[in-house]
Amino acid sequence: MVRYFWLIPLLPGASALLLLLLGPRLSRRWISWQACLTVFLSFALSLAGFVHLVRAGHGSSGLAKTLLPWIASGSFSAAISFAFDELAAVMALVVTGVGLLIHVYSVGYMAADRAYSRYFAYLNLFTFFMLVLVLASDIVLMFVGWEGVGLCSYLLIGFWFERPAASKAGMKAFIVNRIGDAAFIVGVLFLLVNVGSSSFAAINAAPAAGVLGPGLVTLVAILLFVGATGKSAQIPLYVWLPDAMEGPTPVSALIHAATMVTAGVYMVCRLSGLFAASQAASSVVAWVGGLTAVFAATIALVQHDIKRVLAYSTISQIGYMFLGCGVGAYAAGMFHLVTHAFFKSLLFLAAGSVIHALGGEQDMRRMGGLKKALPTTFPVFLVGALAIAGVPFLSGFFSKDAILTSAFAGGHYVLYALGLSGAVLTALYMFRLIYMTFYGQTRATHPAGTAPHVHESPPVMTVPLVVLAVFSALAGFAGLPVLLGEKANWIGGFLEAVLEPAAHHLALSTEVGLILAATAAALAGIAMAFVFYRKRPDLPERTARSFPGIYRLLVGKYYVDEAYDAVVVRPLVRGAETVYARFDLGVIDGALDGSAAAAASAGKGLNVLQSGLVRDYALAFLLGAILFLGVLLL
Amino acid sequence: MSAMLSGLPLVSIVTFLPLAGAVLLVFFRRGSARAVRATALGVSLLTFVLSLLLFFAYDGASGLPELVERSSWLRGGIDYHVGVDGISLFLVLLAALMTPLALLSSWRAVDDRIKEFSFFMLLLETGMIGVFVSLNLFLFYVFWEAMLIPMYFLIGIWGGRRRIYATTKFVLFTMFGSLLMLVAIFVLQAAYSRAMGSPSLTIADLAAVPLSPALQSWLFLAFGLAFAIKIPLFPLHTWLPDAHVEAPTAGSVLLAAVLLKMGAYGFLRLGLPLFPAAAASFAPALSILAVVGIIYGGLMALVQKDMKSLVAYSSVSHMGLIMLAVFSLNFEATEGAIYQMLNHGLSTGALFLCVGILYERTHTRLIADYGGAAARMPVFAGLFLVAMLSSAGLPGLNGFVGEFLCFFGIFAANKTLAVLSVSTVVLSAAYLLWLYRRVMHGPLKDPADRRLRDLDGRELACLVPLVVLMLFMGLFPGTFLRKMDSSVARYVESLRSKAPVVTALELPGRPGAEATALAEPER
Repeated sequence: MVRYFWLIPLLPGASALLLLLLGPRLSRRWISWQACLTVFLSFALSLAGFVHLVRAGHGSSGLAKTLLPWIASGSFSAAISFAFDELAAVMALVVTGVGLLIHVYSVGYMAADRAYSRYFAYLNLFTFFMLVLVLASDIVLMFVGWEGVGLCSYLLIGFWFERPAASKAGMKAFIVNRIGDAAFIVGVLFLLVNVGSSSFAAINAAPAAGVLGPGLVTLVAILLFVGATGKSAQIPLYVWLPDAMEGPTPVSALIHAATMVTAGVYMVCRLSGLFAASQAASSVVAWVGGLTAVFAATIALVQHDIKRVLAYSTISQIGYMFLGCGVGAYAAGMFHLVTHAFFKSLLFLAAGSVIHALGGEQDMRRMGGLKKALPTTFPVFLVGALAIAGVPFLSGFFSKDAILTSAFAGGHYVLYALGLSGAVLTALYMFRLIYMTFYGQTRATHPAGTAPHVHESPPVMTVPLVVLAVFSALAGFAGLPVLLGEKANWIGGFLEAVLEPAAHHLALSTEVGLILAATAAALAGIAMAFVFYRKRPDLPERTARSFPGIYRLLVGKYYVDEAYDAVVVRPLVRGAETVYARFDLGVIDGALDGSAAAAASAGKGLNVLQSGLVRDYALAFLLGAILFLGVLLL
Repeated sequence: MSAMLSGLPLVSIVTFLPLAGAVLLVFFRRGSARAVRATALGVSLLTFVLSLLLFFAYDGASGLPELVERSSWLRGGIDYHVGVDGISLFLVLLAALMTPLALLSSWRAVDDRIKEFSFFMLLLETGMIGVFVSLNLFLFYVFWEAMLIPMYFLIGIWGGRRRIYATTKFVLFTMFGSLLMLVAIFVLQAAYSRAMGSPSLTIADLAAVPLSPALQSWLFLAFGLAFAIKIPLFPLHTWLPDAHVEAPTAGSVLLAAVLLKMGAYGFLRLGLPLFPAAAASFAPALSILAVVGIIYGGLMALVQKDMKSLVAYSSVSHMGLIMLAVFSLNFEATEGAIYQMLNHGLSTGALFLCVGILYERTHTRLIADYGGAAARMPVFAGLFLVAMLSSAGLPGLNGFVGEFLCFFGIFAANKTLAVLSVSTVVLSAAYLLWLYRRVMHGPLKDPADRRLRDLDGRELACLVPLVVLMLFMGLFPGTFLRKMDSSVARYVESLRSKAPVVTALELPGRPGAEATALAEPER
């Protein structure tokens, strides 16, 4: 069975193709089964491959398969070939596992949608490209998946394309991602020309082999990382992700929380040999991650749209993952990627359940008091919130702690402090959301949001929630702190086969101290949320009034969108319009039409010569003949 | 296969079958529009099928022209001399594929004087294929000029409101360039006679003429101007948007898909091989114009209000990348450029077909007149999207393969220009997606407007083959590249052996990397 691991991406791919071609003619039942079953089979194959790798232990070289020669020209070649190693196994399990749950959830969530087959076609197509990205053994093929998931993201954000906001958000996502991708392409070109191969194995080995000089390693790593800031929504290219919430909520959960947006982290881990070889590039990764983690968390504090809070939260949490990678703790970054995939997709799907229950309401100012009305959604939401806040023994606690501990152990105290303050903010905005949504009295203005109409979602939606809640709670035990024993960090050990190891060790007391600090941060954030949004509901407004500048800055999301618009987009379009009118039509075409007019008037002038009188022609002939003879004789 | 075909003058048949069809059309009665359409389509389809035989018959191991036919024609070295090699083969196929699709696309759009229309379309096809198969310089010139006449009438008779202005501009521009080329051809012929004792206009012979550097530069410029106008290279591009906007859909499709390739092909077949030293010394300047064209064309496309002129400016941008690759003078860039010429033919041809499909329904090309068309035309929306993504170079589709090979080769030649050219990745996504959003997305502009119906069978037959090819060429580029390898290797080698400047452009960090690549192109 493991031999057929290359079917992992192809199964959902085939399903997508079928749905795109025949979709509207198939029954909803058939579509649901086909879409979910193919992802389930991919999941089963991934699981089989995973078990195979666990059994084989270290030293196994994983599975590999070349399907097609693809592009070859001169000294450039790239094949369609897949590899299944420890890193790919973990990521493939997340993609197919969480993906499967979200496919199932979508059966309920999208049941009433007209374009049901189109939705599942895109979702399957996304799964296909994401798995190509994960299993590619070659950076050019990874780029196929990389841009392919971008395409699906574009298609799914703009799924309800009749809404101008959705269509605009889809376009924005694609174009901003392309800016990052342009840098990524340049990075790949440097690699191809200097390393002479596009395989990850060759690239990771290049710095140590001296094929890539230190300056070049830094340059290439930073260029690739710029690509990651686009895909994974980090400063400065994060601006597309909040708008991406225009897509259906399951899409936000799968693509814009659990999997696609973490592709940048996966890429950095995939190339950990390259990134680890450059201190400078690693610092850039760590600082961008750390700053994004705090920056996005502050914006999340004041958002009113439940999905936007989660969107900024995602940006912030991915920042943590990059922080981990940047300080050399690649396994910790991956670990947080995994736990985040569980609790963030849980939070999104649960938010979807809330939105579903309220007939489409997304503004938390018109929610409240839903605790009783949503008996399944509320507890699972709470589990997700506790997990992301980093409350002890839930998954987020262990993975975030692994990152912060590594930052501290590496001597990056400022980054550690950033991460720790981000943890307080995380707990604060998360429990602000919990209190505003589930506690107190309902503030619904719409009849659909009031008590008798509010209803819990059907089992097809709640079962995936419960499964995710279980994983969000327990997944942390895959990576226990090292102080519990060398083997406690199972996932770290498993990934060690592929990733650069984090070498730092701390004294037991320091490590305990760090764990206590992280716990305190989480509890402090929750306590603040309790005071502000439960005990003293007037406090938020008073605080906002006492710091009007800061509040406006946060609500305005630091006006980054406006700044980009004013500094980049508008000057570019205005400039192009001016150049088009003044230069293209004015100068170039003007010069041509001018010379044409000149030629025409010259023709009119010469018309005088064409008098029609024979004697004029005879004279001209004579003069010409004399001139000709003269030239000949001279 | 080739044994079976060995007796047949296949290249001549493919070239002149459309002409024969055109002559046949003359004898049709005036009222028989249906028969005229069917005959023209049938002839062009048969031409396409026969051109596929070229693909199978062409072996490509030596890289030299194959299926060669030669007979003396006029004095002064003017022979009838045709054949195909790895550089021209696929361009012949492209012309043979696009003509029936263009005819099919005008099934309803062109009603007026259908006989003349079909006549000119078939004449144009012979002209286009003739340019690609000519191995004699004079013959090349004859086809090159012959192509102009049908295009002049196609725009001038079946065009839009400003058709006379547009078609005159088109013809004046191209004539201006080609007259200088004609002078250069005579000079070259005289130089050959003087050096070798007997006249020849065989392209392969002419490459061996020793020319003084000054003369070589002048001749290169004369040829180069004709080609640069055709491409069109910035700042000689302003005839293109006008011609496209005014031309009927079929004219735009062939203009974009095939005629623009003539310029790039001219550089590959004549400009560079005949004058390698001059080409190498002008390459930096032309490369800069090309890269300016990439960015400039992209920015201009962004602000167009007319769908056709948007696609026209996108062509300026894309052709800029192709030219930059051609001037990079290495194997990968050259192969990428040829591949990208095919891609651009398919994707831009398809985009013009899409614009034509919309225009047929609403009789407007202004972007602002549209909105939400995807709701009414879901199948069209999907095919249009694929064409757009192909044009934007999405990996998995054909555009990526060509674009990436171009980037790779350009990067090996000059990093700065390569980085600048990568901006096309952002620009093309921006102008195409913005176009798509304004036309296809959003609320329906006029819900009462019933004219926006989805594609019928004929329209599907136009677009589906192109979309299938986009996918196929994106996944199996080897089918095409392997047939090009030897010819491109031969071409690059001959440039290097003649122009020492060119050899300075080695892949940095790995001296000799390209040499090994050239030695074993079959990989």
